Amino acid sequence: MAKKQLITATINGEQREFACEPRQSLLEALRDGLQLTGAKEGCNNGNCGACTVLLDGEPVVSCLVLAVEAEGAEIETVEGIAAGGKLQPLQQCFLEGAALQCGVCTPGFLMTTKALLDRIPHPSEEEIRFQLAGNLCRCTGYDKIVRAVQAAAEGEQT
Amino acid sequence: MSDNSPISYSDKQYKVLGTRPVRHDGADKVTGRAIYGADVQMSGMAHGKILRSPHPHARIKAIDTSIAEKINGVYAIATGQDWPDLIDKVADLGEGAVNLHDLAQNCLAVDKVLYKGHAIAAVAARDVHVAEEAIAAIRVDYEILPAVTDIVEAMQADAPILHPGLKTETLEEPSDQPTNIDRHVHFETGDIDAGFAAADVIIEREYRTATVHQGYIEPQVSTALWNEDGHLKIWTSTQGSFTARHQTAELLQLPISKVTVTPCEIGGGFGGKIAVYFEPVAAMLSRKCGRPVKMTMQRDEVFEGTGPTPASNIKVKLGATRDGKLTAGQAYLAYEAGAFPGGVIGPGAMCIFSCVELPNAIVDGYDVCVNKPKTQAYRAPGATQAAFAFESTLNELASELKLDRIEIRRINGVKEGVKRVDGPVYPRIGYLECLDAVEKSAHWNTPLEGPNRGRGIGAGYWFNIGLKSSVSASVNPDGTVHLLEGSTDIGGTRTSIAMQLAETLGIAAHDVLPKVVDTDSVGYTDVTGGSRTTFATGMAAHKVGLDLLEQLTARAAMLWECDPIEVQVDGDLYRFGDQQITFKQLAAKLPETGDPVVGRASVSPEGSTNGFGVHIVDVEVDPDTAKVTILRYTAIQDAGKAIHPSYVEGQMQGGAVQGIGWALNEEYFYGDDHKMRNASLLDYRIPTCLDVPMIDAIIVEVPNPSHPFGVRGVGETPIVPPPAAIADAIYQATGVRMTQLPMSPPRLWKAMTQR
Amino acid sequence: MQDFDYAAPISTNDAVRLLSDPSQKSVVLAGGTDILVLLRERRRRATLVVDVKKIAELNELAMTAEGGLFLGAAVSCSRIYREAAIAQNYSALVDAVKIIGGWQIQSRATVGGNLCNASPAADSIPPLAIYDAVAEIATHSGRRQMPVAEFCTGVCKNVLARGELLVAIIFPPHPKLSGAAYQRFIPRNEMDIAVANAASYLELDKAGKIQKARIVLGAVAPTAVRASAAEESLVGQEPNEELFAIAGELAQQAASPIDDMRGTVEYRQHLCSVLSRRTLTIAAERAAANK
Repeated sequence: MAKKQLITATINGEQREFACEPRQSLLEALRDGLQLTGAKEGCNNGNCGACTVLLDGEPVVSCLVLAVEAEGAEIETVEGIAAGGKLQPLQQCFLEGAALQCGVCTPGFLMTTKALLDRIPHPSEEEIRFQLAGNLCRCTGYDKIVRAVQAAAEGEQT
Repeated sequence: MSDNSPISYSDKQYKVLGTRPVRHDGADKVTGRAIYGADVQMSGMAHGKILRSPHPHARIKAIDTSIAEKINGVYAIATGQDWPDLIDKVADLGEGAVNLHDLAQNCLAVDKVLYKGHAIAAVAARDVHVAEEAIAAIRVDYEILPAVTDIVEAMQADAPILHPGLKTETLEEPSDQPTNIDRHVHFETGDIDAGFAAADVIIEREYRTATVHQGYIEPQVSTALWNEDGHLKIWTSTQGSFTARHQTAELLQLPISKVTVTPCEIGGGFGGKIAVYFEPVAAMLSRKCGRPVKMTMQRDEVFEGTGPTPASNIKVKLGATRDGKLTAGQAYLAYEAGAFPGGVIGPGAMCIFSCVELPNAIVDGYDVCVNKPKTQAYRAPGATQAAFAFESTLNELASELKLDRIEIRRINGVKEGVKRVDGPVYPRIGYLECLDAVEKSAHWNTPLEGPNRGRGIGAGYWFNIGLKSSVSASVNPDGTVHLLEGSTDIGGTRTSIAMQLAETLGIAAHDVLPKVVDTDSVGYTDVTGGSRTTFATGMAAHKVGLDLLEQLTARAAMLWECDPIEVQVDGDLYRFGDQQITFKQLAAKLPETGDPVVGRASVSPEGSTNGFGVHIVDVEVDPDTAKVTILRYTAIQDAGKAIHPSYVEGQMQGGAVQGIGWALNEEYFYGDDHKMRNASLLDYRIPTCLDVPMIDAIIVEVPNPSHPFGVRGVGETPIVPPPAAIADAIYQATGVRMTQLPMSPPRLWKAMTQR
Repeated sequence: MQDFDYAAPISTNDAVRLLSDPSQKSVVLAGGTDILVLLRERRRRATLVVDVKKIAELNELAMTAEGGLFLGAAVSCSRIYREAAIAQNYSALVDAVKIIGGWQIQSRATVGGNLCNASPAADSIPPLAIYDAVAEIATHSGRRQMPVAEFCTGVCKNVLARGELLVAIIFPPHPKLSGAAYQRFIPRNEMDIAVANAASYLELDKAGKIQKARIVLGAVAPTAVRASAAEESLVGQEPNEELFAIAGELAQQAASPIDDMRGTVEYRQHLCSVLSRRTLTIAAERAAANK
């Protein structure tokens, strides 16, 4: 078996070290190694977006990143969004807009949305739908998700 | 926003019901803290994997696990030989009966594999990677058998036979010929010949629909720990903790008291997470290795190894007079059961004529085994296929008669007192009120302009069931109430149930604290399915509220030294003469004035709550590529009473989009080798957010007479109308009537070029 | 996932040396969006994964001295479409990289990887081919260059021998009055594999007539194919819809598609016409605007 490697990365603002086998995905390392189970495994081959995290500011599907590739990287997960014991407006908009049902896709949607609003603070509906197309939701029909993103962009809490 | 107020046919006023509080489990779900099945971590935990059949039909001659056993880090291996002896016992699992022998064989095959992806052996190991290596090292010797995956072919006399001993369950004398037809259902009313003789116009059409999957985002996952004391504990993603307990106990021949099932947060189900797959297998592995064992499916395993919902072949014949009154209807439905008997033909056959009054009708339904995964429920199981066939034929009849599509539905539409073809007489229902809402809607009243565009309409029905629910509740001194329930919460039912208790007690929604607990901690509760949870568990919440009210009234009476019947309750205010006390104040006095106030309630409402919906859809069809774009969509539905309108809208929107996927692109695509080609979320194309517009939801409220607040189930009906409505819209846009699902671009293009 | 070792060399030479090691079965990891799926599903075997993202040269995205484009093999799709100058000059490439997977995939996936993966339905290969782009390959004996159009040799097969590494894709300068476009047909609107795809390139003369045309089709043959007859029908003509419709019909001749879960032979043939016509129309508009 290939030897484990020691990886250092900044995760949600905190420098962390963890050991992983080369074959382990970043998703696996986050969930099993670091106990950050917010990112979810929906397909394990990059097709559903439930495991989306931000890697150096870019949304990635963490099932298609090897944990060893994260050496020196900055990673943000859903656990890092709320700050100071308070939900962020984006999280609040998802709740107040009933933008989740089973909730398993929600962490992925929140991370992609965060990246979207960081880049395009006031996206059109078309831009929202295009940028979120890599995140599948089977419960909501997307209506309330798109509206929650719009509400977050408007800075309002519906 | 789509949060328009419901169109209500009730004059009742509520304080909590109809408001939109943030869900009780909200913070956990947006911070990543909610514990789903895959998030369970335990000390010393092993990871399990399944070896699956590469063949659609084969006899297992031998399984050699000797190499796999020697791999470092492999803890245990199980095969079908590890099942206890199971007699052909049928267990009632709430939303349907299951033959335990078949269920066991589906979880781990014994002598035969009946579909590609059929589980053969299981391994527990140090981690998933080692388990995978061990799986790859297991050798199976197969005798390959001919397979059949097409339902029409499977019904032929010379078809490969899945179960040589199978006899068709039917009212007629069963034949001795081998067959794949496990069941024939038959309903008849009136005089069909006279009915068609009285018709001015008769239309007869044949339809096909493809196998489709529920497509929940969270794969099946279970963790089992068979403790040294003989107690089995299971943490799992299930729609029903009690049904998971029941199935597991029966399969392992354990007393039910020896099994505890803890339902984790569940990442979608839609009917697909009722049958067990991993629970008993993880348990077997755990017993063998003495560790907790977690098993998680990969996505291809979800497609190939769990139950999709059946492909179908349906024929519908309708007769009507010139003025649009239906005189007769005949339907033939053949549905896949999959690898083992027991599909959803029953509800399909019961639903096909459920939206119209038919004096003369015959329905014949057939459940057919094929070499595909054992089918399971999927949101209004069996109804969507039936509605696609029936509503499409009705729309064609309307154009033949030059009648408005709403008008023909109004003329024949069901209402209170009408008898459904399969027997039951409808109580107060809201179908015609939904049609009213269509005609008043902004969508229906806005002309659709532009080339290659069409507007379609379709209706749908689902029974919605009652079944059993239990809850208990305790009043806290700070004026809140803990509510323990057994209904797993897939889409916000903690809140819709809590709101009904809050309404009953006159307190705020957030002063009720709902909790979904394990099977040791609450009374028996059936699955979250059949659109029953907000209805039936909500009914239990109301009932427990009445129990608490009675105890609180007695306590208030004790304080005031009066008779409890002299205490008046108004919302959260308790009054006697000029004395009054609020719920919160009274709750604070409980510890020092007597026994704790706890309540419990169980319900088992019978019959259906009868959910009707009508959908309107505008499409544009690319004349070059035949790709269909959904331009606008409105879902209208009678919810009885929308407890939390946002989540009712969410059910309508989500169901509509699943229906859009079913209509346009979703299908199990099989090669000539009877193997599925598209077992991934890339190639099995569920809609992305870029594939759909906003989905307008119009809630109609015609109160259900059998619920204290008038609630009907809402979850399933919205998947029923979309394929028919979209087929109609495509016809309006192109002049082509599609009779096969999915109406995918290559198929529609072919139909358009052959026009 | 199968067991493998991981190395992340920082120079092309080191990478080539690792890839040449006869004791290893090595694969290159760039964006990983294809290779990790293949390894996980055991459709590819490897004992060593060589991550090339830490090699500076492979991360370069710059204009060449001649005025063309140097696209390092490990540059992600999203980086490409964020570079405004590239969007302007190589619009068919941008059309493609914007729709490879969803955003999360674009953050990682590379055009170099898309080319090496050599899927018949790859989105970026027809655009590379219409620009007459060149692949620069590092070998243990030095460098070699070859037309991208000849890089793929079959379904998921390419010319690279053991120890060879794709370093970059080099685009020739982008002349005035030229324009290009890429489109694919998919049943969904995102997150899907092309049923058929097409890239078209047009170069106009000062009189507005077509002096050079390229049409390359994907997902309709084992590798991307040039629609030569269609190209020839365009040269010397004034761009118009009727001309493009005829060229579209001719483009079908180059296609030899198969029936599969994504489409039928007839449908794919038909899509060749539609997509050729549509991309030619956009290419002509872009060429006219590129004065």
